[in-house]
Parts: sequence; C-alpha cells; structure tokens
Amino acid sequence: MAHSAVPVTARWPSAAAAALVLVLTLGTLVAVAWRAEWGGGLAPADWAAIRFTVIQALLSALISIVLAIPVARALARRQFRGRQVLITLLGAPFLLPVIVAVLGLLAVFGRGGIVNDAVTALGLEPISIFGLHGVVLAHVFFNMPLAIRFLLQGWLAIPAERFRLAASLNAPVGRLLEWPMLRSVVPSTFLVIFLICLTSFAVALTMGGGPRATTVELAIYQAVRFDFDLGRAALLACVQFALCVAAAFLAWRVTGEDMMGAGLDRVVQRWDLRRPSIDYAMITCAALFLLLPLAMVVWRGLPGLFEMPTTIWLAASRSIVVAIGSAALCIAMALALALRGGAMVAVIGVLPLAASGLVVGTGAFLIVFPFVRPSDVALLVTMLVNATLALPFALRSIAPAVAQVQTDYGRLGASLNMTGWSWLRLVVLPRIRRPLGFATGLAAALSMGDLGVIALFAGQAEETLPLAMYRLMGAYQMETAASAALLLVTLSLALFWICDRGGRTNADM
Amino acid sequence: MLTCDRLVLQQGLFSLTANVGFEVGLVTALIGPSGAGKSTLLAAIAGFLQPSSGRLLWDGTNLTDAAPGARPVSVLFQDNNLFPHLSTAQNVGLGLRPDLKLDGAQHSQVGAALADVGLDGFADRKPSALSGGQQSRVALARVLVADRPIVLLDEPFAALGPALKDEMLDLVRSKLKTAGKTIIMVTHDPSDARRIADQAALVADGTVAQPVATDSLLDNPPPALAAYLG
Repeated sequence: MAHSAVPVTARWPSAAAAALVLVLTLGTLVAVAWRAEWGGGLAPADWAAIRFTVIQALLSALISIVLAIPVARALARRQFRGRQVLITLLGAPFLLPVIVAVLGLLAVFGRGGIVNDAVTALGLEPISIFGLHGVVLAHVFFNMPLAIRFLLQGWLAIPAERFRLAASLNAPVGRLLEWPMLRSVVPSTFLVIFLICLTSFAVALTMGGGPRATTVELAIYQAVRFDFDLGRAALLACVQFALCVAAAFLAWRVTGEDMMGAGLDRVVQRWDLRRPSIDYAMITCAALFLLLPLAMVVWRGLPGLFEMPTTIWLAASRSIVVAIGSAALCIAMALALALRGGAMVAVIGVLPLAASGLVVGTGAFLIVFPFVRPSDVALLVTMLVNATLALPFALRSIAPAVAQVQTDYGRLGASLNMTGWSWLRLVVLPRIRRPLGFATGLAAALSMGDLGVIALFAGQAEETLPLAMYRLMGAYQMETAASAALLLVTLSLALFWICDRGGRTNADM
Repeated sequence: MLTCDRLVLQQGLFSLTANVGFEVGLVTALIGPSGAGKSTLLAAIAGFLQPSSGRLLWDGTNLTDAAPGARPVSVLFQDNNLFPHLSTAQNVGLGLRPDLKLDGAQHSQVGAALADVGLDGFADRKPSALSGGQQSRVALARVLVADRPIVLLDEPFAALGPALKDEMLDLVRSKLKTAGKTIIMVTHDPSDARRIADQAALVADGTVAQPVATDSLLDNPPPALAAYLG
C-alpha cells in the first residue's frame, strides 16, 4: 500500500457529496421514471421540441461566434480608454439573471421597444420578437460575450514574436497566424455555447413558447406543470441527458483550463493595421448590443424602485436566503470533491451540466413527497437544485487550486502530521481564497437569478424574486417588473462582488 | 540506529537497493551522480515512497508501514518548506502541534527556537518578508522544536549563494547535531560533505553503500565516485 503524499482527509465528505450529486442528477431521473405511467414513445410534438432545441442551439452558437470573431480581433489589437472595463463587462452576462436580460431585450426589440418605435415611425409593420429568432437573439446576447472572451484569449495566446516575424517577412497575418488559432479555439467555443443553449429554459419560457418554439426543457416543464405527465417528462429528460452528455463530453475534452481568463489586459504590438475605423465600429456595435438592454432596465426600473409592493421585497429576501444556502452547499460539495480528486470526481463534477434542472427538481419532490408537502420544501429543493447545477463551475474554479496546493505543500503537510481539519483550515482554505471567493460569488449569483424548478411548485408564499418578476411580466405590469429586475440584477452582482472581494482582500500568497 | 534492511525501491524501471545503517547522532551525506536515487532514498525514509520489499527500522521499531506524519522524521525539502500565508511563528509552531493549538509553554518554546536560529523579533513576519537565508532558518527552527530524532535534508539550501549555504550548513551542525538529531543529507558537492558530514555513503549503480568516514571516502574514491567527481 502506498502512502498518499498529501495529508489524509476523511473520506465521508467527498462520498456524501458524490452521493448527493448522483441522487440529484441520476436518482431524480429514476424517481420520475418510476412514477411515470408509460404510454407510448415520443409524440410528434416531442420530436418537434427536440428538433427546435438542436436547431436553436446550433444557430445560437454559430451566430454568437460569427459576431464575436471581429469584435475579439478588434479588442486584441486596439488599445483605447475603457478597454479593460469593457472586457470585464463581457464577463457579466454569465452572472446576469436570464429574466432580467429578457426584460431588457424586450425593452429594445419588443413590441413597445426602441427598435419597433423606429420601424413603425418609418411606416413599416412592427417586428415580433417571439419565436425562434427571439430565443436565438437572447442566447446570442448571453453567449457572444463568452465567445469574445474565449477568442480574445486565443488571440492573446499568439506570441508577440510571431507577429514580429510575420511583419518582417511581410507575410499575411490572417492566414499565417489567426486562421490556425481560430481553427483550434472555435470548435471548443462552439461546443460550450451549444451545450449552454441546449438546456436553456428561462429564455425559451419567455421568448419562445407555442408549439413551434418549444425546447426540450420547456416541454418537460409543460408536461409536469400542465399535464402532470411524468412519463413524458422522464422520457424527454432522458433525451436531453443523452444530447447533453454527448455535447458535454466533446466540450470538456476540447476546452482549455481557464474559463474566466486572466491576463486579457495586454495588447500585442502589430504592424499590419491600417483602417482602425472598422475595429472601433465593431466594438461600438457590440457594446451597444450588450449595454443598451441593461441601460433600459435601469432606465425603466429606477423610478418605481422604492414603490414596489411588499411581496417583491419578501421575494427578494427569500431569494437571498436561497442564494446563500445554495452557494454554501455548492462550495462545501466542490471542496469535498476537489480534496478527493481523481477521475470519478471529475465525472461527477460535470454530470450536472447534462441534467435537466426541472427533472432534478421534480424527482426531488417525488422523493420527499410521501413525507412532506411540496410547497413546504419548494425553497429547500430549489436550493439543492441550484447548488448542484452550479457545482461544475465551482469545481472548475476550485479544483485546480486545490490540486496546486497539494502538489506544492502536500508532502510538507504530511510529514508534519497535519490531518484532515487542520490541513483544510490552516493550509488549503487560506491558499485557495481567491478561487474560493470567486466560486462562491458565482454560485450565489447563479442561484439568485435562477428561474427554473421554482416555477414548477412555488405558490405565492414561496415566490423568489425571478419568479415574482416573471409573474409580473405575465400580468403585463412592466414598470414594476423593470423595478424588480433592477433589484434582482443589483442583488446578484452585489452577492458576487462581496464574495469575490472577500477572496481577494488581504490574500497574500 | 536507522536501518535499511534489504530495502528495495522501485520507480518505473529505476530500482535502488539499500542495506545500510545510519548511526544515531551522526551527520551522513548521501553523495553520487544525479538520478542515482539519493532523493528516492530520502522519500522512502520519509514515508512518501513505499518500498517494494525490505524493512525500515528505527531502534528496532518497524517503520515500513507507518504514515509519513507518524514517523520520527523531519524533512527539509528543496523548496516549499514554509507556508507563505502563515507567520514565522506559526510555521515553527506547526512542528509542535500540526493543528497550531499551542499553549503558553509551547509559544515560548517557539520564541526560544526562533531566537536560537537568530530570528528574534521576526515572529510575526510572513515568509515573503524574509530573505532566503532567513526562510531557511525558520525551517530549521521548526525542525528544532519538533520532537523527531531523524532529520532529512533534501538539498534545502541549493538555491542559496555559496557563503549563505555554508552558513546554513554550519547552523545545521551547531544546532541540530548538538540537539542529538540523526541527520541524513543529500548533496552534489563534496565540499558540503566535508564541511559537516561525519560520514558519507555513495549512492550509485542502483545501490546505497555502507557509510564510511567522509574524508576517507572522498580522498580514495571508488571508481563510480571518481568518475562523478572528475
């Protein structure tokens, strides 16, 4: 038997975390399937949903990348005031509650939005935003920034010496340097975005709908919520699982290590640049597309912010509690799994990416149903589901840092006879403060903005802020909805900022 | 006596046999070409590498299956000997209690050890605020307070300049040897061995030779050592 070269930590935390993830991802699927009354296979409407899901995900990924390439190229080769702020902002949509972005997009592209005001002023028919193009529009809004960051990383990974060499040879930079880089970066970026769009629920719920624009996840929601047809829900969940496992497996294999990217603040000196106007036009258009909807949320939401009914503030406080609980659970699981390490943990860590949040929630309800009333545990289940769904992102941030600590100090800790709790408290936690703070903030913000499983079971008394906002939009109370959106986005970003900040302050390495 | 009883160590295709004993209270240098297995032997004594056969004995107690932290062994590694986020005193305190819950007597023990290595008044500094030589002294202070009779030095002073390295080696001899520790050090440099080692053992060709007096080994080197020394 070989001794481990790191201090020995107890086995049960990682076993418990792994068991919880397995129960919540696969166990819930079994629970749903178990209770289902099986009547035939997939209906034509289900096939339509599958087709729509794949098509919108393909289109969303394709358009996001095609638009991102010129913007990333412009950012990679131009230096201007506000560039660093813009790049930081490109990371924000990941934290932005979907429902807030949808409201902002409606304010720009919707029926009474800026674009349609201009169109009708020209005497043309107003454009409808709902349907395939609405879903794709929202997905591009969320994923183009991600694509820009991935591609920008690719551009900045090209050594400056190569550009110097190309310049001295008077060689075409595009074909010689940029094209090979794109060929290696684009496929992984495409797969990641495709995967994200595959399980999209809130966007499809608000921008899609109708039999012609239903995703699999939305079809699951409808099957549970309106028909209580668990068999169909379970079957669709299996379909979604299979789709995601395939895409996730491909994506994880071709993606690089660092998703959030460091060192994007340098500009490579170039000698092949002539017309800067095109670059700046690209950057301006992208910034407008991303910032205008958010500006509209602030603009419309600010006046009524302090006149919102008490129910909204109550929903906000519930959301904060859920977000904090979910983040704590998520981080505890991620830490337990990261300390254990190994291939099994890696698989368990990515499993939630393929799970349907709605099936996880439904299954969790079915498991506890014999013992308690569903509405009693609506928030608890939401907390569990959110923690599980955020786990892959948290793990991706924490696990490399934990592995580094174990490589650097594992032997020293082991030879000093540090064990379990001392090792965690005295060495691991202090040394991974930055990724820990970042991951905690991420988990909290993702949970804060989540509109998923809560929509299935919550009554008035269990409403979270995103759900309250969705119900306000459904009742066409757009002013109040905008104020709630402003509150929601402020709370989400504040939670993230506080946690991330906490990890950075006084973190001397 | 620390005894390697027909110890066989394997890492991939590499194999090292050790059938030797190290006297209590002496400084022994392991000398030989790079890749001969000097650090591998230290890793096995420290408990990081499980031998494929043979036994490791300390005063007749079998250590072969003991976990690294349960062995009567302190190690100074090539690097990362201090936790950068902990203060000097905390780094030393870990040698007394790995959970750092020190009582008053132990706090003064830490202070005394720091004073002993010439770091009085440095207790609250972080390693980043210390020079390379001072960092080595902190690690030595931790070895001093730890109740572990065997000390392994895996070239911890390699990154220091020649004068500073000699200073550290002298400190090892004056503090650790005086405290009665049994010291085994890896070295590339025969002058290091001559400076502080009572005896030296040649590690070459897959075997560890029985330690002999340092000067006699270096003055009449066997062929393998002669080829290495040039």
